Amino acid sequence: MARNGAFPRRRASEGADWLDLCQANVEEAHVLAVDDSLVDRKVIERLLKISSFKVTAVDSGLRALQFLGLDGKKSPIDFHSLKVDLIITDYCMPGMTGYELLKRIKGSSALREIPVVVMSSENVVARIDRCLEEGAEDFIVKPVKLSDVRRLKDYMVRGCQPNSGGKNHQKRKQLHGSATSSSSPLPSVSSSRSRSPLVDTPAAPCSPSSLESPTRRLRMTSCE
Amino acid sequence: MDVAQLKRQLIAFTELLYREGFLDEQFNQLQQLQDENNPNFVAEVVTLFFEDAERILNELANNLDQQSVDFKKVDAHVHQLKGSSSSIGAQRIQRVCIIFRTVCNEKNVEGCLKCLQQLKHEYALMKSKLETLFNLEQQILAAGGPPSI
Repeated sequence: MARNGAFPRRRASEGADWLDLCQANVEEAHVLAVDDSLVDRKVIERLLKISSFKVTAVDSGLRALQFLGLDGKKSPIDFHSLKVDLIITDYCMPGMTGYELLKRIKGSSALREIPVVVMSSENVVARIDRCLEEGAEDFIVKPVKLSDVRRLKDYMVRGCQPNSGGKNHQKRKQLHGSATSSSSPLPSVSSSRSRSPLVDTPAAPCSPSSLESPTRRLRMTSCE
Repeated sequence: MDVAQLKRQLIAFTELLYREGFLDEQFNQLQQLQDENNPNFVAEVVTLFFEDAERILNELANNLDQQSVDFKKVDAHVHQLKGSSSSIGAQRIQRVCIIFRTVCNEKNVEGCLKCLQQLKHEYALMKSKLETLFNLEQQILAAGGPPSI
């Protein structure tokens, strides 16, 4: 059983050496999760809480923007008390897609510093590239696991500069390794996931661009 | 039946579900998120999934009953169900969804109806198996044993 929730809290009370401060920062980190699926929201919320994040989960890009104060309406709420340290959003959502939300956030001087991570059930190179180019820190293939969420701390503890768009070559190489592409013959098994063979067909609510040709995803055996 | 026997039953039954493809690794992930502070997490998520799935199956039946089928809507619903079944580890349901989307893409109404039947069948099976699983867990709890494997 996961004990992640218990450990950081004990550390925070034991004094203030550097590691404790880092843990304390991560402990208080507030994540805004955006997903239109109720099931997925419940899972991501739990994954985040068990990893010691504070969570606000909303069901649409529009609500995310409202929460972030970007909807143009004056909000009486003090923004600082609702400070968001990371945004994790589903890609495929009706209305505003996760990609559109990403663009809005990175296009805002007030919010562009907030790291954004995109989740998607479709593991396609063009989609990953598009998100990274727009400034996403990472691209998580659903279903989201604990190990994915634990990685999120990297975007906050080190205080690294958020991806300023197009320069995340390392990350792109890493993600390409496990993604499908019509041009590459065999994806390398760099991620420990099992996936059933899939013919990637365009999804109605978020139709991919002409770059995302249907590809067959190969079964990758789990290393766990 | 004593706790040890019940636990053996639970383990054997769970292993069977994994072997027969009803569950995959993601279900195990969910179980790891359950602890004494959230003792019903898995059951809660699964319940949400059941409600969601039933709603979608009804919508699909409606969509496919139309004179002129809106395949975009059908695909959108199947995409949703594929997502949520993947999130809880309902592998067999997820797989039917994948086939369903291909058939939908071909605008094949007959094929879609067959897939819907298959989905309903798999859903009913899944529901019954998970209910048995939760039942066993409840029995173990009642007999004084720890809640999960």
